[in-house]
Amino acid sequence: MFRKVFSRHLEGLSSSDVVVTPRIYRSLRRKITALMLITATLPLAIMAALNYYEYQKALSREIQNPLRVIVNKAKNSFELFLAERTSAVGFIAQAYTFKELADDKDLARILKILQTEYVGFVDIGLINDKGELVNYVGPYALKGHNYAEQTWFNEVRVKGRYISDVFMGFRKFPHVVVAVRHTLDSGEPFIVRATLDTHQFDKIIVAMGLEPGSDALLLNRAGILQTSSQRFGKVLDTFSLPMPPPTFEATVLQQQDAEGEDIFLAYTYFPESDFVLAAIKPKAQMLRTWYTVRGDLVFIFCAGVLAVFVASYKITDLLLRRMREAEEQRELALRQVEHAQKLSSIGRLAAGVAHEINNPLAVINEKTGLMRDLIDLREDFPDKERYLQLIDSVLKTVIRCRDITRRMLGFARRLDVSLEELDLNDVLQETSGFLTQEALHRKIELSLTLDANAPRIVSDRGQLQQVFLNILNNALAAVPDAGRIDVCTRGDGEGVCVEVRDNGCGMSKDTLTCIFEPFFTTKKTKGTGLGLSITYGIVKRLGGEISVESEVDKGTVFTLCFPKHPKHEA
Amino acid sequence: MKKIKLLLVDDEENFVNTLAERLKMRDVPSKVVYSGEEALEAVKSEVPDVVVLDLRMPGIDGMEVLRKVRQTNPDVRIVILTGHGNEVIEEEAKKLGAFHYHKKPVEIDELLGTVKKAYREKLEDAMVAATFAQAGAFDEAHEILDEEK
Repeated sequence: MFRKVFSRHLEGLSSSDVVVTPRIYRSLRRKITALMLITATLPLAIMAALNYYEYQKALSREIQNPLRVIVNKAKNSFELFLAERTSAVGFIAQAYTFKELADDKDLARILKILQTEYVGFVDIGLINDKGELVNYVGPYALKGHNYAEQTWFNEVRVKGRYISDVFMGFRKFPHVVVAVRHTLDSGEPFIVRATLDTHQFDKIIVAMGLEPGSDALLLNRAGILQTSSQRFGKVLDTFSLPMPPPTFEATVLQQQDAEGEDIFLAYTYFPESDFVLAAIKPKAQMLRTWYTVRGDLVFIFCAGVLAVFVASYKITDLLLRRMREAEEQRELALRQVEHAQKLSSIGRLAAGVAHEINNPLAVINEKTGLMRDLIDLREDFPDKERYLQLIDSVLKTVIRCRDITRRMLGFARRLDVSLEELDLNDVLQETSGFLTQEALHRKIELSLTLDANAPRIVSDRGQLQQVFLNILNNALAAVPDAGRIDVCTRGDGEGVCVEVRDNGCGMSKDTLTCIFEPFFTTKKTKGTGLGLSITYGIVKRLGGEISVESEVDKGTVFTLCFPKHPKHEA
Repeated sequence: MKKIKLLLVDDEENFVNTLAERLKMRDVPSKVVYSGEEALEAVKSEVPDVVVLDLRMPGIDGMEVLRKVRQTNPDVRIVILTGHGNEVIEEEAKKLGAFHYHKKPVEIDELLGTVKKAYREKLEDAMVAATFAQAGAFDEAHEILDEEK
């Protein structure tokens, strides 16, 4: 398929025979440029896109990993903290007898030791199987409270251990309850219940060392905040984001917060308790490096595309210009060769015809001459005058024919050019001198504007005269009476150019294409059609150039340029 | 003036006979031959003063005749009269020693003028040579006679 498309669009490149017009060049330019652009930018774009995504992925992993590590560490701290406290309470429940624990003094001593060894204990209490608070040491007057109706009481009775969510409770400040059941030898169970200050949670979160703008918080599974946070509210507020799916591995999610800002949410569920630890980092902050990298990437890509575009455009331009030049040169050369061949073959033909006609013409000449001689000799020839007139007319016609054949031969002849250094202006002045009389008679203004600084050239005076005589004669024939012919010369380092401009009848395009061909004439009976082809031949022989421009009814301009030295021509 | 011994050479009989007749009317009789071979024969049997010679003829052409006659009889003046030929051929003929080059068709009086001029020149050369010969200066006489060799 591609092949088809390519061959269809690029056929202009391979086929050299088509005449290449500017329109084809334009479409060719479009196609080449497009092709180069596509071949150059497509891989670039793919590379850039791959780079973009790979880099984004790598960077995002790089950014997420530390977050995951921090969350894991903090989770361990929390678990350790809770496990320590729970085992301390468990130890108390087992190490002491119910009696000892029921004793105010003993319990006060135990709490004091606890508070010394483990930071965070606020109070401690002993609850019997019926849910009554048997003994209590702490800042609040809670003794006699009955917990039988509360869910945690039933849970600890069944599971043996219980860690509560953070709650305000009777104490009116956020705390966590740790309860451990122990069964006496008698089979009667009792519960030791201690309260922990959540201050410790805040400390662990601070220890995570999060950057400003980031946030970490402890939640329960229902989405209630267990610690205060900067952006998600105070303890016991509801978390503004939906709870992530449960997992005990530290996991990073990319999502939007309530304000629509992109964030990374790193979280983990606690296997031993109902807590969920979450750390939130705004994406923008984390991806700042990524954004700079992306900016560079985009810049380099754009610059690359631009460079490719400019380069392909320039190269195409150059390529096409070369092609065009070559094409034009080829065409010009072909045209010249064609023209030269045409002229030379017609010339040979003309010469042959002229030769063949000369012999019969000579016979006519002699026979007619003899007739005249005979009539002349006889005094008594009837109608002598009339016959002599007729014979003279035949002889004049013979001479006319002879002149025509001579001119035809002149067109074909290979002249030995006799070169001399001459001033073209002089030649022009001399030649135009022949014609001033006719010009005057017809009130034609024949003006010469000669460049006095024109260099002298090496050329053939006689042939130049013939050339200018031909051209000026044509101009005289073309202009109406009271018309105008301007001849001007221009010299430069290379040679001299002569411009002959008339305001005569001009020529059509068709005429213009054949004016240098032999036997082409617009003068019907008066001309032989050889003048300009002879002129052309001479100018070429002298190493010059002749060109013509014309517009019907506006006039004609012949421009002839002669080099300082004629190039040697065979 | 003594009669000119004139030889006309042309394969176009129609032309050359008429020409001969007209020349005779003008008091210049001539011998007419129609080919190069005949021309050489005629020169051998009776050396003419002037030859009017066509160039393009079947067999031995005019240029060949010109060359041979100039070799054997350098004092014979040869006038070319041809419808063919161009400047290159004219140049060649002149180099070979043709007295004049006429293109057909030509005015009878013009041709006659050239023939007479050629004859006069030949006579003058001969006379100068005779003068030198009379004075015993044979070398000079030969030189004059051979100068166009």
